[in-house]
Amino acid sequence: MTDVAFTPKFVLSMRGPSVTTEKPAVRIALILVSVAFLVLFLLLPLAAVFYEALRKGVGIYFTALVEPDALAAIKLTLLVAAIAVPANVVFGLAASWAIAKFEFPGKSILNTLIDLPFSVSPVISGLIYVLLFGAQGYFGSFLKSEGIQIIFAVPGIVLATIFVTFPFVARELVPLMQEQGTQDEEAALSLGASGWKTFFKVTLPNIRWALLYGVVLCNARAMGEFGAVSVVSGHIRGKTNTMPLHVEILYNEYNFAAAFAVASLLALLALVTLVIKVGLEWRYADQIAASRRH
Amino acid sequence: MDARVTNEVNYPAAALDRVQAAASRDKIVDVSVENVVRLFGMTPALHGVSLDIAAGELVALLGPSGSGKTTLLRILAGLDLPTSGRVLFDGEDALQLTVQERNVGLVFQNYALFRHMTVLENIGFGLRVRPHDRRPSRKEIKRRALELLDFVQLSGLEKRFPSQLSGGQRQRVAFARALAIEPRLLLLDEPFGALDAKVRRELRRWLLEIHNKTGHTTVFVTHDQEEALELADRIVVMRDGKIEQIGTPDEIYDQPNSPFVFSFIGESSSLPVRLEKGKVWLDSRPIGLPQGNLPNGPAQLFLRPHDVEIVADPARALWGTILTHRRHAGARRVELSVGQNGSRVEIELPADLRLELAREIAFRPRRYRLFPTANEASAN
Repeated sequence: MTDVAFTPKFVLSMRGPSVTTEKPAVRIALILVSVAFLVLFLLLPLAAVFYEALRKGVGIYFTALVEPDALAAIKLTLLVAAIAVPANVVFGLAASWAIAKFEFPGKSILNTLIDLPFSVSPVISGLIYVLLFGAQGYFGSFLKSEGIQIIFAVPGIVLATIFVTFPFVARELVPLMQEQGTQDEEAALSLGASGWKTFFKVTLPNIRWALLYGVVLCNARAMGEFGAVSVVSGHIRGKTNTMPLHVEILYNEYNFAAAFAVASLLALLALVTLVIKVGLEWRYADQIAASRRH
Repeated sequence: MDARVTNEVNYPAAALDRVQAAASRDKIVDVSVENVVRLFGMTPALHGVSLDIAAGELVALLGPSGSGKTTLLRILAGLDLPTSGRVLFDGEDALQLTVQERNVGLVFQNYALFRHMTVLENIGFGLRVRPHDRRPSRKEIKRRALELLDFVQLSGLEKRFPSQLSGGQRQRVAFARALAIEPRLLLLDEPFGALDAKVRRELRRWLLEIHNKTGHTTVFVTHDQEEALELADRIVVMRDGKIEQIGTPDEIYDQPNSPFVFSFIGESSSLPVRLEKGKVWLDSRPIGLPQGNLPNGPAQLFLRPHDVEIVADPARALWGTILTHRRHAGARRVELSVGQNGSRVEIELPADLRLELAREIAFRPRRYRLFPTANEASAN
């Protein structure tokens, strides 16, 4: 019971060949197939991105990155992520607290709704906002009279990104918080801690690794989102183009070197995310094990 | 102190001293629960529970799961609120106080230690989170935490994390953490439930020592009757959200007031009998026990395995066929089939007695209780 979190890995490594029923040839074949698949569909494209980006020289690579439209795209991407990620952290914390720590009518509906963005095509997510806030949308005339522009402007991009990245933080936190239950909080309250102190000194430290993991995933998606953002952005160069949209425009203009240069930045982000994710999983597994041992 | 309580309770001398000493201290409260009802939706978890606890008393809430004992404890702690009824600490309405204001030391079954804090940080937590004006200095907090660590005999472990401690050590840390806030009342939820038998026995003794030293009014929840009998000044036996019986361990064990309490506390067997003509009858034979002042009719005879004696003459006694026998500590446990419908009765006999299976044996209970079957309530 104590080492639940360790057992799968442990058992696999300890298991002798007698237990696994596959013959060596089958095992080698399985491994080869998966490695070949990985190389063909993941590593090769990734290498190609960097190869294409740097093919015409480092000079052209950097020119493509510091060119004003590219810089604007990078800034906008960072801005969108800087708004969407904290917004979803707050939402994710609130939702998982509500789902994990108390009972209320409609709880299971909320739990299901959180996953909605996963099951809806991002393009449709974008279209929803056009339908709501576009010139012909439900609130279109009101927004126009107030001089507020959402669609084809930064607010629309932010809204679409928040929608798409909605589940990431909550999905990480809900199962962990459900497993941890409410006893730690009850103990803190009975020891005289106020609600806020309980949250910051007990709840937050208990979930910090899972939260960070959720934030990393949320951020990667916020920066890389294409479909939903594409619908609401309007593709105005230097104004409403995020990095993925900028890549597309450059590519459509046959400016391959520049397109791949910007794309390589996104690929780099993906790699960094992956490294952080692996690192966190390693830490986080430990935490889970500790929380179970508790 | 609540006079009503002490007047009707026959405390052992040591407990009485402690109760009287505690009453003179102002921090330690007496507790009064008046007609508390708690509904979860439509299902009642507590149906009108009333209970008085004297200052300094060590009370066990004993019952099977679902009896409402934990709900009652949570209501005392302020983690749950009754649907109706009153809870008084020293005659003052405790329901008006928040969890934080009640200043109650709570020890959970799973300890609920903060896993990201060291042992010392855990113990000092209650002092650290106090508002500015009532918070001791860092130095003072550390000093008091170390003192408590010493008190629970864990000196030297202050830098450990909870995951690096054994179950018994975590339990002690949980105690120290609860004691750090100088609670007016200590509440323990299945305090030894998650420990193995040996550690449990050690900790029981240790808890009694702690209680004798600090004198806190203490309420603990348990489903383990042995634990309740050994530790408590008084036991509150609960069942289905109601109190079945309140009394000292002796009263509960020797004079259980219902078939439920008899079978829940200690080991027991029961036999369906008839009461008639001043005698107790099994099938169509009198078994040598008087009817007492109970009404005629069917009844249950309850007896404990160690409260029987073997008799030579099967007339005017119970007799049964030996089904199995096995060694049980210093004695031998014998399972008998008694009467026409073969009721199982377990009795205890000296270990050196030679027994043969399928032989018949006659016995008579030295101590027993009769509860009329038709109307349980009249047994009281």
